Amino acid sequence: MAAKTSVRSESQKVRRVIVVGGGLAGLMTVIKLCEAGVPVDLFSLVPVKRSHSVCAQGGINASVNTKGEGDSPQIHLEETVYGGDFLANQPPVKGMADAAPGIVFMLDRMGVPFNRTPEGLLDFRRFGGTLFHRTAFAGATTGQQLLYALDEQVRRWETQDVEDEKGIVVKGEKMVRKMEFWDFLSVVQDENGAARGIVAQDIKSMEIEAFPGDAVCLATGGCGIIFGRSTNSVICTGTAGSAVYQQGAVYANGEFIQVHPTAIPASDKLRLISESARGEGGRVWVPKNAGETRRGRDVPEKDREYFLEDKYPGYGNLVPRDIASRELFKKAFHEKKGVFNSKSGKNENEIYLDLTHIPKETLKKKLAGILEIYEKFVGEDPYSNPMRVFPAVHYSMGGLWVDFERAQNGSLVAGSPRNQSTNIEGLYACGESDYQYHGANRLGANSLLSCIYAGMVTGPSMASFRSNMAKSAFDLPKSVFEKARKREQEKYEAILKMDGKENPYAIHEELGNMMLRDVTIERHNDVLDKVISNIDELEIRARKSGVTDTAVQSNQGATFMRHLFNMIVLARVIAQGARNRDESRGAHFKPAFPDRNDADWQRTTLALHKEGGSANHAVNYVREFDYAQNGKGVHITDAVDISLVKPRPRKYETAGAASAVAGTDDKKTTSAQA
Amino acid sequence: MATHTVRFKIKRQDGPTRADTQRWEEFDIPWHPQMNVLSALMEHRRNPVTVEGKTVPPVVWESVCLEEVCGACTMIVNGRVRQACTALVDQMPQPITLEPMTKFPLVRDLVVDRSRMFKDLQKVKAWVQLDGTHELGPGPRQSQENQETAYPLSRCMTCGCCLEACPQVNDRSDFIGPAAINQVRLFNLHPSGKMNGAERLEALMGEDGVAGCGKAQNCVEVCPKEIPLVDSIADVSRQTTKHMLFGWLLK
Repeated sequence: MAAKTSVRSESQKVRRVIVVGGGLAGLMTVIKLCEAGVPVDLFSLVPVKRSHSVCAQGGINASVNTKGEGDSPQIHLEETVYGGDFLANQPPVKGMADAAPGIVFMLDRMGVPFNRTPEGLLDFRRFGGTLFHRTAFAGATTGQQLLYALDEQVRRWETQDVEDEKGIVVKGEKMVRKMEFWDFLSVVQDENGAARGIVAQDIKSMEIEAFPGDAVCLATGGCGIIFGRSTNSVICTGTAGSAVYQQGAVYANGEFIQVHPTAIPASDKLRLISESARGEGGRVWVPKNAGETRRGRDVPEKDREYFLEDKYPGYGNLVPRDIASRELFKKAFHEKKGVFNSKSGKNENEIYLDLTHIPKETLKKKLAGILEIYEKFVGEDPYSNPMRVFPAVHYSMGGLWVDFERAQNGSLVAGSPRNQSTNIEGLYACGESDYQYHGANRLGANSLLSCIYAGMVTGPSMASFRSNMAKSAFDLPKSVFEKARKREQEKYEAILKMDGKENPYAIHEELGNMMLRDVTIERHNDVLDKVISNIDELEIRARKSGVTDTAVQSNQGATFMRHLFNMIVLARVIAQGARNRDESRGAHFKPAFPDRNDADWQRTTLALHKEGGSANHAVNYVREFDYAQNGKGVHITDAVDISLVKPRPRKYETAGAASAVAGTDDKKTTSAQA
Repeated sequence: MATHTVRFKIKRQDGPTRADTQRWEEFDIPWHPQMNVLSALMEHRRNPVTVEGKTVPPVVWESVCLEEVCGACTMIVNGRVRQACTALVDQMPQPITLEPMTKFPLVRDLVVDRSRMFKDLQKVKAWVQLDGTHELGPGPRQSQENQETAYPLSRCMTCGCCLEACPQVNDRSDFIGPAAINQVRLFNLHPSGKMNGAERLEALMGEDGVAGCGKAQNCVEVCPKEIPLVDSIADVSRQTTKHMLFGWLLK
């Protein structure tokens, strides 16, 4: 028998693993796998260089303490779990905070054009939920620059040959095989339910194929498109996560959806204006007089209400996003004090985000990328006019449940195959598609970090799983894959035959409008009950739609139909999770239950798919479950690991409140505020 | 409710080998505030009916970010190659014509196959040769001035505008085009990237390389990110000449 770590299976095939998704998390996973000598098939719906990570703007957090403020990974850990309202398991967060400086240095070595200090060191700026300068940045297109750096490294691995244990080149096999314009349909499961590969569809030729893989990782991003309009790219439908959830994967904390306070209102996409605008000194305000008719720039200081600075003197405009979004929403929606529009004669859902007091030269160096977006889409100069913004759905803290193995020192056991593993054996998840690092609310500039860190953990974890498995997927009978392929082929043909009257795009618009209105900033149980029954109705109606296109090639209508069904399934997980959780925590806010309730709800929401209900998709919420990995059973409960930072009430009125360590030392916080 | 509609004239074809299906179709799409070409196409998809009243399969196009940072939605709008997401309807004469780019193989309707651009990045080794992703401490120190030169070059989205506009990129030439040459400049600027600078220059020494530029300067006109492509070509051209003349001496 070939050694388990062998690059070849018993049947002499090269044992590849599969990564789905080519954003930061997926690409980092690929690189780590390649470094461990594991060849990878990388699937992506779009050319990986166009993945949604490209939209991230402000930066990436790492406590490098370049400014001498006394910042440290320990403070980063504390502020992250405090910002997440104590819902995140703390060991993975510790691992992430500890690894952050090394990650930023690695990116620097890869050539990311980070902004610099006069000495040529990396420059850092401020972001929400902290008083420290902790965010490294490349202008205001940091996500793009990070994605490009990892894309370049993966491109290099595409040119590298696979070598066997003796260093002999395996002819015709490259370390990375990139499959772009492929849509993930499902995992191939063996008789024990373990993931042995995937079924995917080429969205140009529309051919459906099954691919074996000794482990599979989903790094497929968020699900913002469920809310219709958001800051997300059009590809962020959550379809892959939904598909494996329907195959038995646990979905965790689905109800925690981050609404970002500052985006540009529009009908197609709510384009983000990064938190870095406030990190660099941007101020949020509304006119004191609700009927103010002067243009923003002409309203004098005394007639402005800086409501975040007034209410939160400690953190000011840089309170965490859930808090800022609620305040902006309250100001415009409840108090009707949004920017007055004399044409429509009403106060619009718009708030001023003002950078005009900052020198143009500074703005150009640090924020040009976002200001260019504002200028291009609004047609107004943000260097001399306050921008008009409003909150928008931005990020899913929830996602596929993934495991971790805690080390003695409170961090993760390096290389444990449990890290980032879902409850489907052999299936991993990382990036926004997992639920692991942000609890009930994500801090700004922690997402790029969590994507890359999770990728760094997932790669070794998959490699370790692969070396311990009893039988390679490449030694399974072909029939296992053919059966999985056929099932998807039949589902696809059924979609092509749909000839009802409903238009899937119109149904999606209805779903999005409802989710946006009823399941975001404020949640009410009576409304959520209606949402849940409406989701069932929408699903039944969606089945009566007609596929808009029957072409053999590039049939976007058929692809969208599939994504729509998967979005509806996840919408139910989100809405039902919100309905169940009778408390307020982080991004989840119920006016009827305004406080955090640790006694009942200091726990992870764990959702399993089941058949039932009027649309035959129901959610089974569980408190515990078991899963197996390489012959060992693991028992999981919904308890949150709070072993490193003890929960306490979350308040941002006082400076330094987010970190016990930083907060106890007056000198440090003072210098951080300066 | 929409007060009026906007007329779109769209060039269509069902597949790469279906030249027989090439046609123009016209649509009146309800206007909405801040309407751009992509938001118009999304609206069209909900009710894909031509001006003649015929229901047709919705137009197929490529898009991802909708904020001109991913490069996906490049097409020819009113005769000019650009991203469709930033093509604001109110700023353009109507009817608005949409066509696929012509320098890349057609896939369907407005979608073309730009994979050659990614292959070219492989060819010029557009990456820093890393020892590994393990912790090796901070990278080389760099001046802010260097950042300000590198950053604009690094914003290339591989969108294809420069290739589409370049007269030297055509059926009869293999010219690599401005985008890949610009990447060589970028990596040869980086303190550790430049250690493999010679290899990148060698990849650009053939006829399909930097010498293929005809100095029409169309690239810099159409680049949505205002990358100084002409400067990049001139810079890399100087580097290759120097390498050709003296490279062997330095070995």
